Amino acid sequence: MSLLEVRDLAKHFTVGARGFLGRGGAVLRAVDGVSFELERGRALGLVGESGCGKSTAARTIVGLHRATAGSVRLGGVELTGLSRREWQAHRGRLQMIFQDPYASLDPRQTVASILTEPLAIHRRGKPRERRLRALALLDAVGLNPRHINRYPHEFSGGQRQRIGIARALALEPEVLVCDEPVSALDVSIQAQIVNLLAELRERFQLAYLFIAHDLAVVRHVCEEVAVMYLGRIVERAPRDELFERPRHPYTQALLSAVPLPDPAAERARRRIVLEGDVPSPLHPPPGCAFEPRCPARARPGRPLRARRRRSSRARRGARGLPRRARSAPWGLRVNPERRATYARPRGASSRGLPHVRMRARSSPHLRES
Amino acid sequence: MALLDVRDLTVRFDTHHGTVRAVDHVSFTLEAGETLGLVGESGSGKSVTNLALLGLLPQPPAVVEAGEVWFEGRDLLKLAPAELRALRGDALSMIFQDPMTSLNPLLTLERQLSEVLETHRGVTRRAARAKCAAALGDVGIPEPERRLDQYPHELSGGMRQRVMIAMALLCDPQVLIADEPTTALDVTIQAQILELMKDLQRRHGTAIVLITHDLGVVAGMSDRVNVMYAGRIVESAAADDLFARPAHPYTEGLLASVPRLGGDAAAALRSIPGTPPDLASLPPGCAFAPRCPARVDACLAGVPLLVELRDAAARRPHHAACVAAAERLAARSPA
Ligand SMILES: Nc1ncnc2c1ncn2[C@@H]1O[C@H](COP(=O)(O)OP(=O)(O)OP(=O)(O)O)[C@@H](O)[C@H]1O
Ligand SMILES: Nc1ncnc2c1ncn2[C@@H]1O[C@H](COP(=O)(O)OP(=O)(O)O)[C@@H](O)[C@H]1O
Ligand code: SF4
Ligand SMILES: [Mg+2]
Ligand SMILES: [Mg+2]
Repeated sequence: MSLLEVRDLAKHFTVGARGFLGRGGAVLRAVDGVSFELERGRALGLVGESGCGKSTAARTIVGLHRATAGSVRLGGVELTGLSRREWQAHRGRLQMIFQDPYASLDPRQTVASILTEPLAIHRRGKPRERRLRALALLDAVGLNPRHINRYPHEFSGGQRQRIGIARALALEPEVLVCDEPVSALDVSIQAQIVNLLAELRERFQLAYLFIAHDLAVVRHVCEEVAVMYLGRIVERAPRDELFERPRHPYTQALLSAVPLPDPAAERARRRIVLEGDVPSPLHPPPGCAFEPRCPARARPGRPLRARRRRSSRARRGARGLPRRARSAPWGLRVNPERRATYARPRGASSRGLPHVRMRARSSPHLRES
Repeated sequence: MALLDVRDLTVRFDTHHGTVRAVDHVSFTLEAGETLGLVGESGSGKSVTNLALLGLLPQPPAVVEAGEVWFEGRDLLKLAPAELRALRGDALSMIFQDPMTSLNPLLTLERQLSEVLETHRGVTRRAARAKCAAALGDVGIPEPERRLDQYPHELSGGMRQRVMIAMALLCDPQVLIADEPTTALDVTIQAQILELMKDLQRRHGTAIVLITHDLGVVAGMSDRVNVMYAGRIVESAAADDLFARPAHPYTEGLLASVPRLGGDAAAALRSIPGTPPDLASLPPGCAFAPRCPARVDACLAGVPLLVELRDAAARRPHHAACVAAAERLAARSPA
């Protein structure tokens, strides 16, 4: 049994229910069948296009959104469907760090009260013990314990992120969900926070679900990476495997777009440019959601029509949860120009989803770096 | 002649904790069609510099102590508020760092976008809608027609940022100041947005000031780069020269902190030791001295001035504000 098990998690929003453009509400499938497991002390990176549902998945897992379907099990305990009260008992084990160190701290609270508040809510220790714990937490995240009575605005962005991390650690969590924890920080501070997260993981045997757009940071923090596209995980692999041999055409495009901190290399870089419109979670394309933009897709014609037909049948899928494609074919689609062959999905995939995996002979984006 | 010419811009904030000089004698020029990268720690004055030249700083607490900002024969700092408003969002445009504070949470996207067109182009609401939808489509937002009727909180972080960008590009500006325009975006959308900015630049000769923490983005976009530390420009060079031969120890520390895809994934990242300086109580001499590995006694004698270095390989003049810069550069350059 894994520490955290997420199965077929879905979160749908209804937008414009009061007559959106004069019509009825539309269903927005922000997260649409996400599954993964996370072991104690491990870090799983979650990357993907803006709006593909990473934050929504994270917020649903920690209980900030109610799941539309699916299951989240922490240490074998099912968390979805728990009442608010029942949740409280488990909340401490699963904590979240947010992107914006400014917005996520209450400006009117001192650091002491920010750090002791979760302990007080969960009735841990006496006031004096809580304060001692707060001091220890400050020390653990590399802040001066003497600054315990200061307010958030008296700290820099990087220091505020340290406060956010200290708060998340207050209840001794087992899993830390980090939603872009270093995006707002400049590189040298970012490096300090990345190193801190690595140190804390070791020290407290923490497991991380780590969301970030900077793939070089993800590579540093996580030993496994999941790539999301339009509400689903489309590829998941151990770090080196993913970075050196990305198989999904979307992952390949993503890696090829990473900017390199070297002007000459930047000019020489060949990016895989994704054409076509970014799909909408309001009207996901049938079949593989990446198909309309996929540089490796089959030529339009028979295979495409076949896929559409099949997916519309599949849409009336099992368990009442509308499915775009239970079993879209990802058959052999060879594109001779890119000299690539297609492999079957790796073990980590969810069942039956259209996981197109591609094995390229070489990965152009890594040659230059 | 430069399109934009900033001279000796100096801004202070009068706060409860004392007076802070956030921008200290900053001078730079911007040519039509060029991209100037602006990098530096948070709090180093990047945003304040650019807000000041657009007249967008809250005064008080801000006080523009000195400086001139020349654009098309006029000093922007001396314009009447109405004149400046007519330029902003039109010839001069800015993408703000924080989309949530610059988008109005109570208005739909359509209202906010069409207002720009109504103000500067006198377009009717109906005609504006089509143009706004197209602008959202350009920044890669799917189903723009539907999104126009949504409110900011219904979008993901990256989508909000793209709405801001769409808004800034609506009137094909001559000068575009982009403050961390792509930090909340994944790299494929980021590439698309940067391409959109380059395209605007090619078509209209737009000059771009690009503020970002992402040195990869700086490398890919900038012709020249200014590095700021504690309210001053401490290094200024062509992008190629800056990345190949950083002369200021801070710039070098910055470049060394960047995680690289080809680096050792298991090793700890390098970072600049110490904390950013407190602008309210700067040390005497060089502001970087307390954290500088190359510090010598001379560093504490006075604030080093930004001077041109002898850099034979340089594509453009290479400037740095560091007593050791010339020596460091000589040691680095091929003999
Ligand atoms: N409260 C909400 N109401 C309606 N739609 C929402 C809400 N929150 C998120 N969404 C929608 O869900 C989708 C996924 O959003 P989410 O914030 O999870 O994206 P993300 O992957 O974290 O993106 P980013 O990288 O830009 O942060 C988007 O289409 C967004 O508009
Ligand atoms: N409204 C304000 N009141 C007081 N100080 C401010 C204000 N805005 C910015 N500052 C200060 O000015 C300095 C430069 O800030 P800024 O330009 O935002 O930095 P950055 O380089 O991160 O963009 C910082 O020390 C900041 O605290
Ligand atoms: S002037 Fe001295 S302290 Fe300042 S950056 Fe140069 S070497 Fe370091
Ligand atoms: Mg997000
Ligand atoms: Mg800023």
